[in-house]
Amino acid sequence: MVSIQVDMHDRLALTLQDDLTSQIVAQGAHGVLIDISALEMVDSFIGRMLSNIANMSRLLDAETVVVGMQPSVAITLVELGMPMRGIRTALDIEKGMLLLRSEEFASASVSEKDAKDDDAVPNV
Amino acid sequence: MTMPSPTSDIYEIRDSEDVVVVRQAVRRQAVSLGFNLVDQTKIVTAASELARNTLIHGGGGKASVEIVRNGLSTGLKLTFADEGPGIPDLELAMRDGYTTKNGMGLGLGGAKRLSNEFEIDSAPEKGTRVAITRWKA
Amino acid sequence: MPAKNRLSEILASHEADLLQDWLALQKASASRKTSAADDKVTASLSREFLSGLRDAMQSDSSVDLQTQAWASVRDFLTNLAQSRAKSGYTPTETASFVFSLKEPLFNRLSSSGDQATLAKDVWTTTLALDRLGLFTMEIYQKTREQVIDRQQRELLELSTPVVRLWENVLALPLIGTLDSSRTQVVMQNLLEAIVSTRSDIAIIDITGVPTVDTLVAQHLLKTVAAARLMGADCIISGIRPQIAQTIIHLGVDLSEVSTKATMADAFQLALKRTGATITTSKAK
Repeated sequence: MVSIQVDMHDRLALTLQDDLTSQIVAQGAHGVLIDISALEMVDSFIGRMLSNIANMSRLLDAETVVVGMQPSVAITLVELGMPMRGIRTALDIEKGMLLLRSEEFASASVSEKDAKDDDAVPNV
Repeated sequence: MTMPSPTSDIYEIRDSEDVVVVRQAVRRQAVSLGFNLVDQTKIVTAASELARNTLIHGGGGKASVEIVRNGLSTGLKLTFADEGPGIPDLELAMRDGYTTKNGMGLGLGGAKRLSNEFEIDSAPEKGTRVAITRWKA
Repeated sequence: MPAKNRLSEILASHEADLLQDWLALQKASASRKTSAADDKVTASLSREFLSGLRDAMQSDSSVDLQTQAWASVRDFLTNLAQSRAKSGYTPTETASFVFSLKEPLFNRLSSSGDQATLAKDVWTTTLALDRLGLFTMEIYQKTREQVIDRQQRELLELSTPVVRLWENVLALPLIGTLDSSRTQVVMQNLLEAIVSTRSDIAIIDITGVPTVDTLVAQHLLKTVAAARLMGADCIISGIRPQIAQTIIHLGVDLSEVSTKATMADAFQLALKRTGATITTSKAK
């Protein structure tokens, strides 16, 4: 599980993408939960990053769920015209976990890892 | 009568951190003008798209954030200018899904949809200038 | 070089006593009692207006309010009109600030020169003050309209409540004609309610809506799309045949959206989707 807390610049977003995929492999995870409840803005770059993460995870046999999108972000994304294909969403972490669990066979496990970047740009 | 104070702030866009700086400056300005949350998010997102375009396709440039007034309305006007290669086919570039080698993607069309006013001035070898305005509801 | 006109001369040389006369007139014709503090404010406003008027007249005696010369006078009057509109002053009270300046000015005009010049000066003065007075009125009017609009919107927010039908299920019964801005506000409220109540499904019921135009239909669709992005889903219920026809005519694509004829059907579908079941127990 990843909780995005900061206003990321593009390079950082790419780093996050890479880190996540290596984590999935390292942990043998079958589910990824990305919490964006603290994000006050999602533009096409971040949107693409989320899509990429979802697609790459699927290739690695893990499902991704994005949770906590703020209403104003959702309205803006719709207006922006961002398709956000292949991304499953849920209202919050709890529902996200339910969604992930319902996707799996009983024996599979979901790996959780809190990943806050240390060298992130702080939110002003 | 008091003289009007300068209403335009200029920001350099040289790297991806500058894109964040511009976003945050626009957010601050929108908040102080009293825009509601959705309108704030719209203009900040549009600014992010255009600032990124300026960086990636324009090779860097400048952004200006200006408070504008029209009768009773107050608005925020953002201008993004670069001395880059320019856009050869504007109509094509404005279409969603159009991607150049580097993926300009939704930037222009999206920014236009998120704004009340949109102007663009660009030609090969002449750089690009995009201005968007959002009026307070 | 703009010709010097009598008006700006008077404004320049008689400022002090002109101000006094004008203030006295304003106080005398005021329909409400004013306190010493109010008088101070009026005095300072009047002084500011007089000096602005003098400068603007010196720059442009044709009184073209659209020019740069009149920009700061316009701004001043805009602020005045706005604050008076918001404080509940009447239109007359607001405009008379400008119009009451005529008398003191005319008094000073008539004490000079010949008939022809006098006529011209009176005309210029009248023209200037009438234009400024009307400008003030227009701003006042627009501000009043904005105040009323905002009050209406707030009223509407209260009158379209989002209802919690069941755990995880919200309903938004829309009633009356929808206009673009009202729809936007209502939809935003719905999305926020979805977050705060953690509801997976929102039923938007338009049984009580007589007509739907393109903008409203688009707002509805955008709201459904936004809800989906957030992780919830919407069901639109109460689409009557006429509205269905309009929507098809408008070319709006509802194929991605679940629709039901009645709210009851929508509720059933919602329950099914959230995995809830209703069982009836046999009466004893």
